[in-house]
Amino acid sequence: MVKMTDLPTKGGFSFDLCTRNQMLLDKGVQMPPFRKTGTTIVGLVFQDGVVLGADTRATEGPIVADKNCEKIHFMAPNIYCCGAGTAADTEAVTDMVSSQLQLHRYATGRESRVVTALTLLKSHLFSYQGHVSAALVLGGVDVTGPHLQTVYPHGSTDTLPFATMGSGSLAAMSVFESKYREGLTREEGIELVAEAICAGIFNDLGSGSNVDVCVITKGQTEYLRNYQLPNPRTYISSKGYSFVKGQTVFLEQLLLLVSKLVHVEAIFQLRVDEWQYRINWGLVPCLC
Amino acid sequence: MENKLSGFGLDPTGVERRTFLEEGESSPKQSLYSLSLSASLYLACFHLLSLKLGFILLLLSIYKMDLDLSAPHSTGTTIIGVTYNGGVVLGADSRTSTGMYVANRASDKITELTDNVYVCRSGSAADTQVISDYVRYFLHQHTIQLGQPATVKVAANLVRLLSYQNKNMLQAGVIVGGWDKYEGGQIYSVPLGGTILRQPFSIGGSGSSYLYGFFDQAWKEDMTHEEAEQLVVKAASLAMARDGASGGVVRTVTINAEGVTRKFYGGDTLPLWHDELEPTNSLLDLLSSSVPEPMST
Repeated sequence: MVKMTDLPTKGGFSFDLCTRNQMLLDKGVQMPPFRKTGTTIVGLVFQDGVVLGADTRATEGPIVADKNCEKIHFMAPNIYCCGAGTAADTEAVTDMVSSQLQLHRYATGRESRVVTALTLLKSHLFSYQGHVSAALVLGGVDVTGPHLQTVYPHGSTDTLPFATMGSGSLAAMSVFESKYREGLTREEGIELVAEAICAGIFNDLGSGSNVDVCVITKGQTEYLRNYQLPNPRTYISSKGYSFVKGQTVFLEQLLLLVSKLVHVEAIFQLRVDEWQYRINWGLVPCLC
Repeated sequence: MENKLSGFGLDPTGVERRTFLEEGESSPKQSLYSLSLSASLYLACFHLLSLKLGFILLLLSIYKMDLDLSAPHSTGTTIIGVTYNGGVVLGADSRTSTGMYVANRASDKITELTDNVYVCRSGSAADTQVISDYVRYFLHQHTIQLGQPATVKVAANLVRLLSYQNKNMLQAGVIVGGWDKYEGGQIYSVPLGGTILRQPFSIGGSGSSYLYGFFDQAWKEDMTHEEAEQLVVKAASLAMARDGASGGVVRTVTINAEGVTRKFYGGDTLPLWHDELEPTNSLLDLLSSSVPEPMST
């Protein structure tokens, strides 16, 4: 006799605990706050490609959990994705789609297209009906040209020449609406994106710290990490800190031997994997 | 394809019914559907859907905004489909809203299903985009198997099947319009709930409430293409003037025996209605231009 528990799981979000969670909430139990990127993320299309921008603050309720996090995620060498919403969700979903895109590249032997990434993201998010809280700005340049798309947590997408997402999106959108025009040069594009992110940093409580910029053009991508640092520490004592020797009592001293540094050749490792893949698939003629 | 469909939760064969709303709330959509109340029904569904997200909003309580950027992305919209002698004209506004914020002020709500059939989308943006993608895929297969262009009736029925069999999970009101060689220009309305109704003209979306009386008076049989296009643009701009959830530009698509024509009417080309002002850069220009006359005793 087949019991209910013996049936194979069908996949998708399991709603089994939702009634229990609602009951707990009704009883007054506080759910732990998600770490969110209460954020400002922007993207715009300029004459040669796409510029993406993001702030770098990650929040856990009212606390700043990470002052310099990375919100511009790698999808493909020619496609990057900014993520707003729950940090875990954006990380997981962009990592997952990035892996799927790499497998697709191996299978097709071609450069990834932005619409491929878009469809993968969109179908994943729709099937979770908005519970995967990831709002993304996807931008890239492929054989069909530059593309900029926004993806909402429920799975809808929009194609736009300039886009903003996150809690600071209104502040950033006001900058874009006043200053955007078609056919911007690279310098103008980067400056406008930085200005929009700064508007979010200074006017939105959920965004702050530094500005990250990523410029994608045909054949070349530049990830400018911490392009601007408009929030430096201002409370460093100019005289420096003087700690009197002998003031700290230490209980135990442990001396560790640091052996010689091992330098890892990452590129070599990738080549080995690629060769292994080629051998497995019979793409390398065997020589006697 | 099996995995993809069951993962989505959409089931075109209708064999299994999966109810997702298990969070202690009954589905609001089941209890409310009737054609004549389509506008108020759309608004009611939208509000109830926002309640469902209440526990997520609790966690966002720090960022208490009336804008509610985590609301489902919806096209609170005006969509119109009209037949004329020789084909159909489909029209829509371009506003996509998330709560009170306009997420996209220039969206394209008229989506292609095949060369000769287009669909106007209203309701949840995610739901209608996914439905259009599925139906485009099915119609492509169907065209290959049939060996000739699909008929508008088939396209509309595919939309209706998806909409009806997944009515608990979807919030989508669409108008399917196109031209085929058997019946000429046809408009099929598929509102919330999944009814299918062929009509000489159809309106949908939140802005359609303001157009029922207008169409009763202005619609006539056998219009020319120009008349039909002007009617659609006028109706859309009237609805955009009164409905907060509609706005932006007007896009129209004409489908007839010759093919498909897309037209774009920018905000400044649309007529101004009662109490609408001319667009100016600043009201200060208007105020400072007139010099007050000296008082006469």
